[in-house]
Amino acid sequence: MGGPEVDRLISLLAKLPGLGPRSARRAALRMLLAPEARMLPLAVALAEAARSVRPCGVCGNLDSRDPCSICADPERDASIVCVVEGVGDLWALERAHVHRGTYHVLGGTLSALAGTRPEDLNVAPLLARVGQGEVAEVILALGATVDGASTAHWLADRLRPLGVAISRVGQGVPVGGALDVLDDGTLAAALRGRRPA
Amino acid sequence: MEWEAPAIVLDARPFGEGDAVVTLMTEAHGLHRGLVRGGNSRAGASTWQPGNLVLVRWVARLTDQLGNFTGELVHAGAAMAMDDALALAMLSSLCAVAEGALPEREPHARVFQLLLALVPRMPLGSVMLPDVVRWEAALLSDLGYGLDLSACAMTGEVANLAFVSPRTGRAVTAAVSAAWRHRLLRLPGFLTGTDGSDAADWRDGLRLTGHFLERDAFGHQNRDLPQARRMLYDRVAALAGGSENSDTEQQDA
Repeated sequence: MGGPEVDRLISLLAKLPGLGPRSARRAALRMLLAPEARMLPLAVALAEAARSVRPCGVCGNLDSRDPCSICADPERDASIVCVVEGVGDLWALERAHVHRGTYHVLGGTLSALAGTRPEDLNVAPLLARVGQGEVAEVILALGATVDGASTAHWLADRLRPLGVAISRVGQGVPVGGALDVLDDGTLAAALRGRRPA
Repeated sequence: MEWEAPAIVLDARPFGEGDAVVTLMTEAHGLHRGLVRGGNSRAGASTWQPGNLVLVRWVARLTDQLGNFTGELVHAGAAMAMDDALALAMLSSLCAVAEGALPEREPHARVFQLLLALVPRMPLGSVMLPDVVRWEAALLSDLGYGLDLSACAMTGEVANLAFVSPRTGRAVTAAVSAAWRHRLLRLPGFLTGTDGSDAADWRDGLRLTGHFLERDAFGHQNRDLPQARRMLYDRVAALAGGSENSDTEQQDA
């Protein structure tokens, strides 16, 4: 179409989430029409990020600093650690500004069928952090899936002997949601998790 | 080609960004895979959790194609079991064992019916463990690896059966097995009709069926016992107060 360079650019873009071959072609064309304004700054940003961004040695977040900006922030309450499945979940919680403690990224959930075993997860550093005695509460913010719940139970079993408070994020009616459109499982979870009004 | 049937979700693997390849079990079609458009999306993922009962429709141009599933949730078995660690471990184990042991598109009506009766009762917790073990024994039997717990392999006695040969799967009484008891698998009373059982019985039952599942149902496919099944054994062994975990289970067997 536009030579091997363009084809390669489109095929690389098409591998990104949210982009298929058609949208990759549109993105490539948009960049190629203004390389100085759109393409070269993107190339520089990509190269810089690839060079400097690494997993945080404490929590597993992706950052150009180690410890990451969250772990290094003195305003954060380091005694509350929120355990999440991936960096995407951490970013979601940060967007919502609802957690002022620190995080721990597991890097997945236990999955019998996908073959994810406990040793494949970033668990040992979490147990070491909690074992040092500076953590008072661990919040298990894992997905409401069979794998997420299995991982939460498995982690809770390992954290309990360390004498730390363990909590899980609530499940139930979403903000703006009506009861009649919820599935049975969510409704059941909402009723089980009811609290005094 | 198309059919519609009640089914139990055994597995859903992400495919692409929002789709999933789902493995189900139905009465007439056995273990069956199919593509679910949006099965891994925000709206669709909750329907296709392992352990859910769904009413499913399968459509394909030819019978040997993967085909597409559409369906609606009938009973949210996964959500009902999620709060309790043991209930969830049992549900995950049942789904993983069925998914790994059963051949595709071969009906196993009895195994399906037993599983259908079990799944909604998982939230009852540990009292369901004998039924989980019985279901595994039924699965082994349906696959042609049935245990013979009807009479002692040596004396023909039908009472006081206490052990099972790990080689033949036949029961023996405590009296005749004294010399090589350490090499035999304990036979819990609930498998021979005795009332009442405790955590040690549940552990012994899981060890018994686990040995034959590992050797026959999974071993013949050169596959390991699923991780979910090992985790269930470890959890029940902890309940029984023993230090035996799934590694010891393997060595014992």
